[in-house]
Amino acid sequence: MFTNQLSLVIWAPIVAGLLVLATGGDQRANLARWLAVAGALIGFLLSLPLFTGFDNLNGGMQFEEIKPWIATYGIQYHLGVDGISMLFVILNSFTTLMVVLAGWQVIQKRPAQYMAAFLIMSGLINGAFAALDAILFYVFFEGMLIPMYLIIGVWGGPRRVYASFKFFLYTLLGSLLMLVALIYLYFQAGKTFDIQAFQAIAKIPLNVQILLFIAFFLSFAVKVPMWPVHTWLPDAHVEAPTGGSMVLAAITLKIGAYGFLRFALPILPDAARELSWIMVALSLVAVVYIGLVALVQTDMKKLVAYSSISHMGFVTLGLFMFAGSHLNQWAVEGALVQMVSHGFVSAGMFFCIGVMYDRVHSRNIADYGGVANKMPIFAAFMMLFAMANSGLPATSGFAGEFMVIMGAVQVNFWYAALAATTLIFGAAYTLWMYKRVIFGAVSNHHVEEMADVNKREFLVLAVLAIAVLGMGLYPQGFVEKMHLSVNDLIAHVAQTKL
Amino acid sequence: MNWADLNLMPALPELFMSGAILVILMLDLFISDAKRGITYGLTLLTLALCALLQVKGYAATPVHTFGGMFVNDPLSTLVKLAMYGSTAIVLVYSRQYIADRGLFRGEFFSLSLFALLGMNIMVSASHFLTLYMGLELLSLSLYSLIALQRDSVKATESAMKYFVLGALASGLLLYGISMIYGATGTLDLALVAKAVKAQQANDMLLVFGLVFIVAGLCFKLGAVPFHMWVPDVYEGSATAVTLMVGAAPKLAAFVFVLRILVQGLETMVADWQAMLALVAVLSMAIGNITAIAQTNIKRMLAYSTISHMGFLLLGLLAGTPDGYASALFYALVYVLMSMVSFGMLLGLSRAGFDCETLDDLKGLNGRNSWYALLVLLTMFSMAGVPPLAGFYAKFAVIKSIVDIHLYWLAIVAVMMSLIGAFYYLRIVKNVYFDEAQDTAPITMRADMKLVLSLNAIALLVLGVMPERLIELCIEAMKQSLTVI
Repeated sequence: MFTNQLSLVIWAPIVAGLLVLATGGDQRANLARWLAVAGALIGFLLSLPLFTGFDNLNGGMQFEEIKPWIATYGIQYHLGVDGISMLFVILNSFTTLMVVLAGWQVIQKRPAQYMAAFLIMSGLINGAFAALDAILFYVFFEGMLIPMYLIIGVWGGPRRVYASFKFFLYTLLGSLLMLVALIYLYFQAGKTFDIQAFQAIAKIPLNVQILLFIAFFLSFAVKVPMWPVHTWLPDAHVEAPTGGSMVLAAITLKIGAYGFLRFALPILPDAARELSWIMVALSLVAVVYIGLVALVQTDMKKLVAYSSISHMGFVTLGLFMFAGSHLNQWAVEGALVQMVSHGFVSAGMFFCIGVMYDRVHSRNIADYGGVANKMPIFAAFMMLFAMANSGLPATSGFAGEFMVIMGAVQVNFWYAALAATTLIFGAAYTLWMYKRVIFGAVSNHHVEEMADVNKREFLVLAVLAIAVLGMGLYPQGFVEKMHLSVNDLIAHVAQTKL
Repeated sequence: MNWADLNLMPALPELFMSGAILVILMLDLFISDAKRGITYGLTLLTLALCALLQVKGYAATPVHTFGGMFVNDPLSTLVKLAMYGSTAIVLVYSRQYIADRGLFRGEFFSLSLFALLGMNIMVSASHFLTLYMGLELLSLSLYSLIALQRDSVKATESAMKYFVLGALASGLLLYGISMIYGATGTLDLALVAKAVKAQQANDMLLVFGLVFIVAGLCFKLGAVPFHMWVPDVYEGSATAVTLMVGAAPKLAAFVFVLRILVQGLETMVADWQAMLALVAVLSMAIGNITAIAQTNIKRMLAYSTISHMGFLLLGLLAGTPDGYASALFYALVYVLMSMVSFGMLLGLSRAGFDCETLDDLKGLNGRNSWYALLVLLTMFSMAGVPPLAGFYAKFAVIKSIVDIHLYWLAIVAVMMSLIGAFYYLRIVKNVYFDEAQDTAPITMRADMKLVLSLNAIALLVLGVMPERLIELCIEAMKQSLTVI
């Protein structure tokens, strides 16, 4: 639509966030809220042309923008999206809108700063997905830690300080090592930081590839998060406010997996092949072990947090399904579909928990029971999200998991068998939680006093439900966008750089 | 020296400054306490005029005068302009603070200007004697500035510590210089470089001299293991004086190190590279780890300074023009950051109350969200988180280390940077996450508020558009470091 569509998608939310900040203190809270929702809506509308104007027959970068930025260091302001990243830019703008609506009444302390933090973070995350220059990516990748740190620390739960520090320092550790790797690649690629130039480096010896892969692995594995560097996630998700959990689960985790797709796989294909067994092993541990951990949780948010780790284990499994030198197409596309789907589903789950928390102020499963008696509409929506989390066909959760298992079967039957246990565990922990919370008789007077969803909550739930169902019934609409880009990626990764 | 050949024009700003200091010193005798603002105004005027003269006298290639002892090159112009700006900003920040503590006296301004004059001479030196002269003028002025607060036990103790240790370090430096003189027969930096390059004999003497010189230099920078004065001097001095000691002198010290090691002793790069690598790693480690344990913000910032100097030395030890330029960029960004952090402490202090401990910053977001934002910007910049300027400074330095294939050093540097991030985060946590303990209203003069805001916003602006400053640093280095 506009020539600088991607720049608009990145900077419009940031400018909107700054405007919201400028409204000042708590006296003008309503102005801040309406400005924020306007900004989020504009951001989402600006991102839609990326979907509608996307050329499915072009596997390369689209909507490209190149401007010199720090020429002395070979850093350019280079933006572009392909089939892989475009979906996440839209998912991010969409989730930001949901989050702004979610925090409407709940956040009473400094709402202007709350909304501004989310809007600015939204712009930065869009930048991370759209960046085609390594340092530009890094700036957005680390820059978004600042608003997230503030969101968890200012508006979070009782252990929010611990959670926010852990989140920030854990993530910083990995990304600092990645910075050294990026600088090394800069010298290898002829003194440029362009990601496509990195991907085009013709020869890298295997031992160097493995060291670089470890650097990238540490950074993105913390973000995904993979077992065993996942321990920051339960704390961060539990302590963050509802909106923070939604963005964390729906978007921030995806940047980690995206990093594998954009950096580790295409730049270091031989190391990826050599070390794919570790990635598969860790992913299966996440699926099986973390699934079992989720089963024994008594805190709803922690349960969904572990469920997120388990689902992301599925994603990383799909990304490293090597059959010989080629990645399996089903598996990679399934991983991407799972990433988008999990964005909708986890946003929905966390929002549901938030709706209940706003009324009862407890996250413990034991404090609930028989909510369906008092909140039938809400229970219906939560049923949909719970089923999607379990991977029920016709919901988006099934499409991605099915494709990854299909791909895994083609590579190794036992990978697929272990991966398929997610369908069992996922159903087990989600539906058991759902049953204990929603079904049965009203268990205590707190539940007795719960009022059903109001118009705003209904809007958010409905939109998310439509997204989940839509994607579940017609995943092809998403797959056809990414198909050629994935093809190109697989072809590129199949070449050796030794 | 032939008087007819003496070209005073390259040294015009320094000559003007000397005259202005004397005028201010004399005029101040006749100004009453109530009208001290005149001295303040005259000082700022002097700085402005010096900056003007500096820009007018800009020389694209190095110009020597005073028989080769004084040089005016792009590097010295850039650094001097930064120092003028920094001193002016420090004076603006300090105005209310020193008035509340009975330090708003003419001596404060004349001593600050003397220190600046010393820094100018250090930065423009091309001869060991000039370097030492500038160093001593700077140091003695700073000792006196600290001791100006004569009723404070802590301040006089800091002044004594700084004086004694500084004298010791100057002695070490002189001893090293004398050894270099013994080995090369000259004190002119260019001639020393030629002689060192040419001669193979007297290697031992040169190395010994180098060790003593590096010891003296590291003291001035505040690098481990010569760092013990930094925390005590930073904590004991009045915050305004701390800022005077910690801002512009770091720039001067950096150029001081550059002139000696790079212009004079570049041939011995293998020797001082190894020394500086050890010093840098120790500085980053000890600075960052000890800062975690501090509850006094000034002390914490002192240890953080030690770690930043370690990072600076990394850029220096790279031994490439890119490395030197990245170290200069780091020094400039560091001065900007430290001015905001100390400036905020100055702004939050008032008569009878010094904002010093971590608890004093608690709940700043509730008291004034704009100042809280400024603290946020500077703390994340110090931690090296994009998109603030501090990130590019660290990035540039690490890049020059990776360039010379010292990968393990780069990894150690980023790990230390991670450890350091903790205590900066703790300040942001106090400002944003906690409830206020000190609930008095914050009064800041309007001019200070404006300059402080611009100072912090500059960190964000430089974080989005660092290209111009980076280019300036690289150009300055390229033009000024003559290859012999």
